[in-house]
Amino acid sequence: MVSATPLVMGHYQYRKAKNLLMMGLTIFATVITLIPLFLILGYLLYKGASSLNLAFFTKLPTPVGEAGGGMANAIVGTFELVLIACLIGVPIGVGAGIYVAEHRGSQLANAVRFAADVMMGVPSIVVGIFAYALVVRPMAGFSSIAGSVALATIMIPLVTRTTEEMVLLVPHELREASLALGVPRWRTTISIVARTAMGGIATGVILATARIAGETAPLLFTAFGNRFWSTSLTGPVASLPVQIYTYAISPFADWQRQAWAGALVLTGIVLALELGVRAVTGGQTRTPR
Amino acid sequence: MTGREARRSEFGVRLFGDRIFGLSTLGLALVVLGLIIALAMVLIQASALSLYQFGPHFLISSDWDPVNDLYGALPFIYGTAGSATLALTIAVPLSLGVALCLSELAPAWLKRPIAFLVELLAAIPSVVYGLWAIFVMGPWLRDHIEPLLARSMGFLPLFKGPHTSVSMFSAGVILAVMVIPYISSVCTDVFAVVPQSQREAALALGATKWEMVRLSVLPPSISGVVGAIILGLGRALGETIAVAMVIGNSASISASLFAPASTLASVIANEFAEATTTMYQSALIELGLVLMAVAIILNIVARLLVGATRRRVGVR
Repeated sequence: MVSATPLVMGHYQYRKAKNLLMMGLTIFATVITLIPLFLILGYLLYKGASSLNLAFFTKLPTPVGEAGGGMANAIVGTFELVLIACLIGVPIGVGAGIYVAEHRGSQLANAVRFAADVMMGVPSIVVGIFAYALVVRPMAGFSSIAGSVALATIMIPLVTRTTEEMVLLVPHELREASLALGVPRWRTTISIVARTAMGGIATGVILATARIAGETAPLLFTAFGNRFWSTSLTGPVASLPVQIYTYAISPFADWQRQAWAGALVLTGIVLALELGVRAVTGGQTRTPR
Repeated sequence: MTGREARRSEFGVRLFGDRIFGLSTLGLALVVLGLIIALAMVLIQASALSLYQFGPHFLISSDWDPVNDLYGALPFIYGTAGSATLALTIAVPLSLGVALCLSELAPAWLKRPIAFLVELLAAIPSVVYGLWAIFVMGPWLRDHIEPLLARSMGFLPLFKGPHTSVSMFSAGVILAVMVIPYISSVCTDVFAVVPQSQREAALALGATKWEMVRLSVLPPSISGVVGAIILGLGRALGETIAVAMVIGNSASISASLFAPASTLASVIANEFAEATTTMYQSALIELGLVLMAVAIILNIVARLLVGATRRRVGVR
């Protein structure tokens, strides 16, 4: 017993050291992971804020080589694209989500849920090609409606899945109480189930909106881009992400400066939506993935 | 109208309302189902020209010659696989660390803020990642990390060649940053499903915290962790804009990580709007088709694996 003690103690020290090392590594990994977040936000504030001015929000882009100008048309364009995408995507997503939740277990409901899951894994650039072939080709030109269709396609599965989850959270007793009072099934679903789940569904819609507002790839050859004012549904329209992309890869210092300003505004919009939702819901919801 | 008739007609209205509502939600559900089918069909149809012209040879040919209308996907498949592999090599250990720290180590008051910050990483638009990678991360990698790797492991062909800020290496690193939140959040969910009693059992036997992780947390969640990694791989393959901004866009195959390359997604982003001939466009769409097929298969496999973990430990 006495002779065994040093050995046991040695092994114990080894186990303790190993524990400390591994647990230390997890903290290290967390710190390493968060460093880029702070660096990105820091650079956005540092480089973006110094380039932001009133002209950025009110002026059109200037021709190459001419300093000044802004991204007013791109900001408006982004709002237009996202708004129309929501008009297309939200009814489809919410309706499909209600169907899947209310017909839980049926083969069709499972198929739709599976389709939505698969859609979430489709790269956004592929969705861009889809909208190009579906809308741009027949209309023979880039258009904001094509961009909105692409964004709606990305949004629909997200909204479908959150709606389903939120509707499933509604207690069954509520449905039964309503049905027992003689309320028809459809009114029960709309006035009781959907209304109870409304907060969650709205949260899901806002998170999906934040997600599509920052998408660049599906807009490159659908909404394309535009140096001028345009809100026409059938013409190409500028958007913040595409404008940032074009300016960032350009060789002109003034454009690069504006790309930082644009990135600050875009990140501000996206994070405001996310943080706003979290503040209201207490951080319980997040974008499905 | 007698009371009975009134009741009957009200019942009729009710059934009618149910039918209308049922049919409209059914219709919207079918739109979602139709969307994925339409996506596949539209892509196949739009790339038919190239599919027919090049056949399976498309996947193994490394010619990408728009001038002579000759197309092969190999350089882009190589670039996609290379950048995604590099990304996962960096992201997987870090994501596991973050997930373990969140689920096993962090005190309750710290969990929420850390999880929140990691989620913020997922919320930043990819064009913003690209912008930061071009102007900040790329030059830093070129000046500090690439020389370091070349000095310590320069005998490997991976780390030979001139140091550049736009390269497969930059693309892999920025991809790693972008997929960590996805992998770590799925891993955290998977670990959370492991019953607390299993952890307590290990601790009661005298296990240290790390031994508890090894004994009770990791074994039941292994398939879920693999699923999370595959989900991250799917993200990394399909990520477009940030990669297109830093990978250098070269349709060549180079053994060095410091050389520019191209991925399936980045070449589509760069060349699609300028694709002048129908064959050129069709070939680019076929790249998209390949990308979509791989992404969908990975996504399904990942979801099955993550679902399997949940079922094994009896939680839905």
